[in-house]
Amino acid sequence: MSLSNLIKNWSSLRVKRPYEDQYKDKDYKWAMVIDLDACTGCNACTTACYAENNLPVVGREAFSKGQAMHWIRIERYWGEGEEMKGRFPDRGAQFLPMLCQQCESAPCEVVCPVGATHHTPDGLNSQVYNRCIGSRYCSANCPYKVRYFNWWQYPERAWPNPLELQLNPDVTVRSKGVMEKCTFCVQRLTEAKGRARTEGRRVADGEVVTACAQACPTSAITFGNLADDKSQVARTWERQQIKLASDRQEKDENLRGYRILEDLRTYPSIVYMERVRDSEA
Amino acid sequence: MIHTTDESDIEIERRFVPKAKDINEDIAWAQINKDVLRSMERPRLMYWVIFLASLALFSVGVYCEVYQYRNGLGAADLENPQVWGLYIATFIFWIGMSHSGTLLSAILHIMHADWRKPIYRFAEAMTTFSLMTAGLFVLVHLGRVWQFYYVVAYPNERWTWPNFNSPLVWDATAIGTYLTSSIVFLYFGMIPDLAICRDNAKGFRKKFYWFLSAGWQGTDRQWANFRVAYMTLACFLIPLAVSVHSIVASDFAVSQQPGWHITSFPPYFVAGALYSGCAAIITLFIILRYVFRFEAYMTMPILDKTCRLTFAIAMVWTYLNLIEYASAWYGNDEYAKQALIFRATGTYAPYWWAMNFLGSIVPFVLVFKSLRNHLPTMMVVSLLLNVGMWLERFMIITPTLAHGYYPWTWTGDWWPNWVQIGIVAGSFGWFSMLFMLFCKIFPAVSMYEVKEMVYHRFMASKARA
Repeated sequence: MSLSNLIKNWSSLRVKRPYEDQYKDKDYKWAMVIDLDACTGCNACTTACYAENNLPVVGREAFSKGQAMHWIRIERYWGEGEEMKGRFPDRGAQFLPMLCQQCESAPCEVVCPVGATHHTPDGLNSQVYNRCIGSRYCSANCPYKVRYFNWWQYPERAWPNPLELQLNPDVTVRSKGVMEKCTFCVQRLTEAKGRARTEGRRVADGEVVTACAQACPTSAITFGNLADDKSQVARTWERQQIKLASDRQEKDENLRGYRILEDLRTYPSIVYMERVRDSEA
Repeated sequence: MIHTTDESDIEIERRFVPKAKDINEDIAWAQINKDVLRSMERPRLMYWVIFLASLALFSVGVYCEVYQYRNGLGAADLENPQVWGLYIATFIFWIGMSHSGTLLSAILHIMHADWRKPIYRFAEAMTTFSLMTAGLFVLVHLGRVWQFYYVVAYPNERWTWPNFNSPLVWDATAIGTYLTSSIVFLYFGMIPDLAICRDNAKGFRKKFYWFLSAGWQGTDRQWANFRVAYMTLACFLIPLAVSVHSIVASDFAVSQQPGWHITSFPPYFVAGALYSGCAAIITLFIILRYVFRFEAYMTMPILDKTCRLTFAIAMVWTYLNLIEYASAWYGNDEYAKQALIFRATGTYAPYWWAMNFLGSIVPFVLVFKSLRNHLPTMMVVSLLLNVGMWLERFMIITPTLAHGYYPWTWTGDWWPNWVQIGIVAGSFGWFSMLFMLFCKIFPAVSMYEVKEMVYHRFMASKARA
């Protein structure tokens, strides 16, 4: 009976340290690098994400209410002290693609009452739609606010017949009342891992990329396996002197890499490369 | 006691020795029975006015909830950072309301403060019904309410457990326990009174009270067992009352949102809970006193004591509130400080200042004895205090979600829409509907405890004389 199982396995249910006590797959740790110098703010990543992950287009009204479902969003910033040309800065805006940071010690995971969001051994912060009851506590506790809730029953309104034929068959279509977020295109990762496993090898670098990385025309987004020392992502992390399980990096100040809000000890898996602009001109 | 029949002497006595009695100890036991039973028969017209108004409000709430259930939570105009809106704010409000019943019935029972006796029954009913209302909000705010039972730790073959790290699971457990215990406590303390109802009822009512009074005969052995059991339940309930609101506070204190991540939240919440509960007791005291003609039992000196208690708790709340501001202001956490500044100067600033004014300044009305004994003033003041406490909860949720860590998600223009307001209004209707029904069906004044009170006071005055 499950009650005796509970007593027998009580230690497995006790509170664990978020990063150190996790079970980790030694072969895989998915991570990303986003070069803000290369990002042009073209929104191709967002579009690709909508197509790949069956994200509903919510329409103008819901969008203006803040109910958009963009798992990756392009944020627009005016630089400090920029000269303004009308309503816009003279030298243009700066962009930052924001998506789920796949934190190794995620604030959303501890607060979910039903364990619908949890950590996978390969370092993803996964979301189980069937388990989610929609308390939205995860979103309230997410410092990046990258979790998106299905405020409406989207399938009928976003993909009226015959548009449902465009849906990606590898990805669940979510119903109203569940939380969703960027999965690092987990359907691609699982497929690649399965293929590699049948061939008895590890997934090679570049063999699998997320939809956003694939679509980026300037290759601003690099995706890969951090556990593989030779992967491009691991080499960039190394070069930028960023350690995954650290809330304060001891690194050379001239290096551009940083992680967003890492002092909250979320251990995010995405490194951003600061944009370099000359101070004059 | 006055040993003269001279009218003028009595007049002088009344004017110069204003020794207000909590209750007139000459009141006959049969009279107590008669008065309380009569309240269950024919209340004033106002009863039906209040009942129908609450029924109407409740229907509004039901309509809004059905609309929201069919369309999804988008109907309530919630959005990405503003994920909770009024629902969780009002949830905290109702949980808070539930605390004073326990304060009056359990804590003051253990401390032998016998002035609580005529008013604890309705306070206890208020506890139960406000917990039920709070429970509604837990359901209303869920995206998939039909699967709410996933939060409960029930044994199942699929090995799926709730996440015991999550404060929401603690919440569900604590509220469930507290609700069950307060229903048991309310019912248990009512058994001797239900027996009186049984003895005076006819027809189907007799059967109803006969069933509920569980064979109460009033024998010595029954009374002895009753006392022990009642005291045990009271002792059991007190830590529960403190824990339940501490756990609700942990929902916020455990999260890392700036403005919530504050160590002093649990005592602050408990103090706020007692505060709004005491204010609600004053409101309901005045209403019941009028509606059920309880002037002889719900007397002005008792109201006076309740008001003084409310004032004391208001000051505790003010103190803890100032601590919260001070720790954010002087602390090293820049995010928390910014969140505080946003509350005081941002979009929701008028409500923040109103909250502080209503919560900390208005209670000073209770300092003046003449005002404490003026029923219309007390009615207005007690309602204002609760408006202040509701605003406090609104200020905990909305500005905090509007001003988190990540500047891109800051929103300063979010306001609740009609669905949310309708459901919140409906919750008030639901509460007062249940409460009014309770007072009509069950004795709202504890007959046996008032008799005890009268008896003890009488013996004491005889000993003095």
